[in-house]
Amino acid sequence: MEVPFHLPAGSTSLRRVHNKATMSSGATGAVQPADEPPTEARPTVITAENLTKTYGDVAAVDGISFSVPAGESFGLLGPNGAGKSTTMKMIGGVTRRTSGALHIMGLDPDSHGPEVRAHLGVVPQQDNLDEELRVRDNLLVYGRYFGLPMSYLKPKADELLEFAQLTDKAKSKVDALSGGMKRRLTIARSLINEPRILLLDEPTTGLDPQARHILWDRLFRLKEQGVTLILTTHYMDEAEQLCDRLIVVDKGRIMAEGSPAQLIREHSTREVVELRFGSERNTTIASELQGIGERLEVLPDRVLIYAHDGESALEQVASRGLRPLTSLVRRSSLEDVFLRLTGRSLVD
Amino acid sequence: MTDGTAREALRAHSPDIAAARARRWGAFYYAEQVLRVMKGYGWSIIMYSVGHPVAYLFAMGVGLATLVDAQGAEAFGGVGYVTFVGPALLVSASVMTATNEFTFPVMDGFKWRRTYYGPHASPLTPQQIAAGHIMAVTLRLLLQSAVYFAAVVLFGAAPGGWGWATILVATLAGLSFGLPLMAYSASITEDKGQFALVMRFIVMPLFLFSGTFFPLDSLPLAVRWVGWISPIWHGTELGRVFSYGYQQPPLLTVLHAVVLVALAVLGWFLTRRQFAARMGK
Amino acid sequence: MSAGLPVKSAPDQARSRTFGPLYSRNARAVISRGLLATRSTNWLVMLSGFFEPVLFLISMGVGLGAIVGSVQGPGGGEISYAAYIAPALLAVSAMNGAVYDSTWNVFFKMNFAKLYQGMLYTSLGPLDVALGEIFLALLRGLLYAMGFTAVMGVMGLITTPWALLMVPASVLIAFGFASIGMGITSFLKTFQQMDWVNFVMLPMFLFSATFYPLSVYPQPIQWLIQAMPLWHGVELLRQISVGAFTAATPVHIGHYLVMTAAGMLLTTLRLRQLFLK
Repeated sequence: MEVPFHLPAGSTSLRRVHNKATMSSGATGAVQPADEPPTEARPTVITAENLTKTYGDVAAVDGISFSVPAGESFGLLGPNGAGKSTTMKMIGGVTRRTSGALHIMGLDPDSHGPEVRAHLGVVPQQDNLDEELRVRDNLLVYGRYFGLPMSYLKPKADELLEFAQLTDKAKSKVDALSGGMKRRLTIARSLINEPRILLLDEPTTGLDPQARHILWDRLFRLKEQGVTLILTTHYMDEAEQLCDRLIVVDKGRIMAEGSPAQLIREHSTREVVELRFGSERNTTIASELQGIGERLEVLPDRVLIYAHDGESALEQVASRGLRPLTSLVRRSSLEDVFLRLTGRSLVD
Repeated sequence: MTDGTAREALRAHSPDIAAARARRWGAFYYAEQVLRVMKGYGWSIIMYSVGHPVAYLFAMGVGLATLVDAQGAEAFGGVGYVTFVGPALLVSASVMTATNEFTFPVMDGFKWRRTYYGPHASPLTPQQIAAGHIMAVTLRLLLQSAVYFAAVVLFGAAPGGWGWATILVATLAGLSFGLPLMAYSASITEDKGQFALVMRFIVMPLFLFSGTFFPLDSLPLAVRWVGWISPIWHGTELGRVFSYGYQQPPLLTVLHAVVLVALAVLGWFLTRRQFAARMGK
Repeated sequence: MSAGLPVKSAPDQARSRTFGPLYSRNARAVISRGLLATRSTNWLVMLSGFFEPVLFLISMGVGLGAIVGSVQGPGGGEISYAAYIAPALLAVSAMNGAVYDSTWNVFFKMNFAKLYQGMLYTSLGPLDVALGEIFLALLRGLLYAMGFTAVMGVMGLITTPWALLMVPASVLIAFGFASIGMGITSFLKTFQQMDWVNFVMLPMFLFSATFYPLSVYPQPIQWLIQAMPLWHGVELLRQISVGAFTAATPVHIGHYLVMTAAGMLLTTLRLRQLFLK
């Protein structure tokens, strides 16, 4: 049942290849590659039912339920403080839940912490590399925690360093690495035990655009190899790039669930017109825009018109004699979904 | 695991094996990590382990001894001053090293560089992480005490045949002070200079008023209690029994050992609880 | 200044000053920042530095003193063991405080808190920073010295008004160690190297005639000890404490004056190299 896999890029023995169609096709299981078993047949690796975590009176996670089939790339999208990290910690078996049920590979992390964590690779929000050890030693030492023998670890560490594009840094000190390199090393470290499930908590927060793209590429390769990815993010572009399916979380609750395309279809229009009239005038002009498009959203710095056809909506604006300082027609994104669901922006 | 090919010879063992091994050997795995880190500053450790005893034994046992021994040896139960301070210095050094190892590195693990949280995401449990840290430090205390004892022997300050047992006594004393301290370190969430206070208001007084440089009896009763509650005093007295056959009622000897073991066990228990509570939050 | 001459701009003035870019004559700003920062530090930690020599004095002076009895003081007269070691402990405390403040503290601020980098983006120069930090260290040393001298008085160890001069003398000792310490710190890169500072301090503390007279050593060792800076401090304070001065007294004082000057020179040169490339 287990699908064998290799880590380094270019492996020919990949069995499970997610093609682009699956990712963006929307409805789960609609289009599958020929050798792919149907979604229903994939074993479930994580189930959460009514999962709750309270700190004192505050409910960080407030009764959320979801399940993740093997090989899926599953995202938790939400602003800071939504309860994403707490959920990840409960899955990782490092925080006990207050109530509800949670199973990873059929095991309860509260009672079988070590067994659950043996299945996982974890990339925490804050890097916690051992800065007193060198880059390669970080991998070796971490592998020892899984009881792996040195005969396995030494070649594996070299392989992972190559995967993380850190081969020439193998003997460097950790604090000499850039933020993006540290992040890649943390990911390499999380793969030392060849986990089938990888937890990534805000994997690219704080990285520059180039470093983010390198990381996304590495994660995409893992996904191609059939590793189940669970990731939290507050970046909609990251969620769109990497997630087959995601839940939108706010204040510890699930606001919506589905593939990125599905969510956009259900909760937004096809296109959006962004208009800027200058900070003082956005609100006053909004009333003059009534009736254009399907919906209007007024933000402090801009007005958004949700419409099926953005260009024609923009023409209507012009025909009413309104002259915005700038205008932009774009496709709807998860940001719009979040705005619609919560009335707030993801990143403030 | 159906169709492994030759290229897939490099395979991690299954999660079941990983979990089983971690359950059994997890503490050792973490101890290995702490020792690797120590290796990084191995030179400092060696210099300290050798330099400290030689400097102190020479200054106190040879230099100060000229003043002290001139006044007659009966104050020290008939032995020379260097024989008297030897076990005391050995035990004190172990307690001080334990203090260093169970304060800043613990804070580092939880707060500064969060080094405990990496292994915590692996199959290791918080209790194993605590145990591994303690095992590595215990090893360091043993080695340091062995080197120290060798220096004591070179200064001719361990006439009895049981002197080697002071190595164990010193290690035990280090743990009996260090483990309760470790539990405290693990409970600190904000650094307000607590460790400097521990060093100056607890460790230094214990070092100076534990019958280290003179018998506890020569202090006024008002400060003698510092010695009675001090692991350094219990360790020093026990060490003197082994080192030069210091005469005391056998019951007192047993009491010293019991106090040291009890403190270490209490500290171990509190540390485990504190680690589990803090990491599982 | 006559009206005909063009008025120089502030940067031009700075350039034409001695030490121009190194020193903006504003160490005050660094000092006031330091004083503000002490408000938020734990005052118990501050206080604890004062207790260390006092604890040593009580333990060794009273406890061990009961066994040792009296020893020969600098003037040749018999003094109690406590009175013998008290000035030495004050000298050690001045050294420890100054070295700690100019090494660990500066090292941390330079390499971890990046405090100096922030300061040097303003009009402050590296010498302002160095002088400011040393002044703060000396201020702390002054407070500790006054406290310790008061404790000596309470314990009945002060027998002459000369002894009050131990306070300024210990500030001089601290000045010497702080300026050298800061120069050395500028060479250090890692915490491990900082450990070496302790390896030098411990033997100095133990062997500089702190707890027993120099005469216990063979002659060559005595010369070695006399080459150590701490020995001069111990001797100087010990002489002051009983008001017994000899021809060696000016030598001890001169030693610290030279040490201070050399330390400041080294520090300035190093700061120029480090910050004004």
